[in-house]
Amino acid sequence: MTGWERFTDSFFNARVMAQYLPKIIEGFGLTILLALCIIAAGLIAGLALAVLRALELRPLNWLIIFLVDLFRALPPLVIIVLLFFGLPSMGMELSGFASAWLALTLVLMAFSEEIFWAGITSVPKGQWEAARSTGLNFLQALGYVVLPQALRLTIPPLTNRTIAITKGTALASVVAVPDILGAASSGLSHSFNPSPLTLGALAYLVLFFPVVLLGRWIETRFAWKR
Amino acid sequence: MQGFLEAFLNWEIMREASPILWQGLRATLLLSLLVVPLGLLGGIILAVLSTLPHAWVRWPLRVWVDTFRALPPLVLLIFIFAGLPFLGLEISAWSAVAIGFFLNTGAYYGEILRAGIESVPHGQVEAARSTGLTSAQTMRFIVLPQAVRNVLPDLISNTLEVVKLTSIASVVALPELLFQARQAQSVTYNASPIVAAAIIYFILLWPVVRLLSRLENKQLAARR
Repeated sequence: MTGWERFTDSFFNARVMAQYLPKIIEGFGLTILLALCIIAAGLIAGLALAVLRALELRPLNWLIIFLVDLFRALPPLVIIVLLFFGLPSMGMELSGFASAWLALTLVLMAFSEEIFWAGITSVPKGQWEAARSTGLNFLQALGYVVLPQALRLTIPPLTNRTIAITKGTALASVVAVPDILGAASSGLSHSFNPSPLTLGALAYLVLFFPVVLLGRWIETRFAWKR
Repeated sequence: MQGFLEAFLNWEIMREASPILWQGLRATLLLSLLVVPLGLLGGIILAVLSTLPHAWVRWPLRVWVDTFRALPPLVLLIFIFAGLPFLGLEISAWSAVAIGFFLNTGAYYGEILRAGIESVPHGQVEAARSTGLTSAQTMRFIVLPQAVRNVLPDLISNTLEVVKLTSIASVVALPELLFQARQAQSVTYNASPIVAAAIIYFILLWPVVRLLSRLENKQLAARR
């Protein structure tokens, strides 16, 4: 066999690819589901924490800052492994999917809280005071005056961070979730041929390449004027 | 409460696991010292190449960068580690991690540095060239120093992510901190070593997180 034939037989083996394509497609769906669950829960939790922080209750703020720092400092894989292998010894069993979801949601919560909070604090204090003095209560001032101005500023960093954390869904394969990477890895070990990995890598490119381009576009579209 | 302490913060087990965790920490630090400079090197190459005015250089470069930004690092690492042996190239976990990080983090550093280079006003280049500096000298002495300063928070933030990312090397059995913690956990049937590893990561990286959140707030405030 020539080098080239060996290469195509290993990485682009049509027979093996056809065999494992259905599994990879299932994994594709699972990756998207996991990603959407993380984005929804993580961003809502992050915004909620930022709003709580705007109440300026001191002990509560310390707690929020500690939580945010904690989940910014810990590697996501460490959190996933801790939840998956640690909780059962307390009699709490989390599935691989749930562990990965919870871990990455906490991470996205921490990063997005920081971004939302930076957005909120960037709105001049006079805006708050003017809004409150017209008779709006705290929540109305926040919802109608401060957040609309704050959120625009947060869109580019938030998009980039969300994309980066969403790619972390591949870590779920470590705790036996049959997502794209999980399906590709088990395909590799069953067929003893790396073509399923090629397929998996292509699947990730199909999924994330447009997302990366979207991130680029948003960055220029909402660019800060210097 | 007692059960919680025994399962998660078991002092006895943490002490027993401390030598192996220490080894893991050393490997994690060593790995970071390997992959951060590698990524920076890749990033500088990509960023400098992207300043070239030729479209046939810039477009392939962009596709390259976006490809490695779109591919999750763990996928890339497994592809390299499990795939290359089929071409007859047996590689160690360390080399696989080095190649994967060079490609992945190089693309990220490259994007950050490119933004930095673009933030340096063009007049700087013209002034430098008119004093007789060559274009390489201009890049080295005039543009890059200012570019790095302008995007310093992003560079630090990315470096933090890279150090955290070294934990994925545990998947290819490189004996860094997380891998050693999991070994200890599977021997003792107790999660305390993983908790200990998490505490170590936190102590190590918390100062960086604090620094970053100060820098970021300052940056955002300056942009209003």
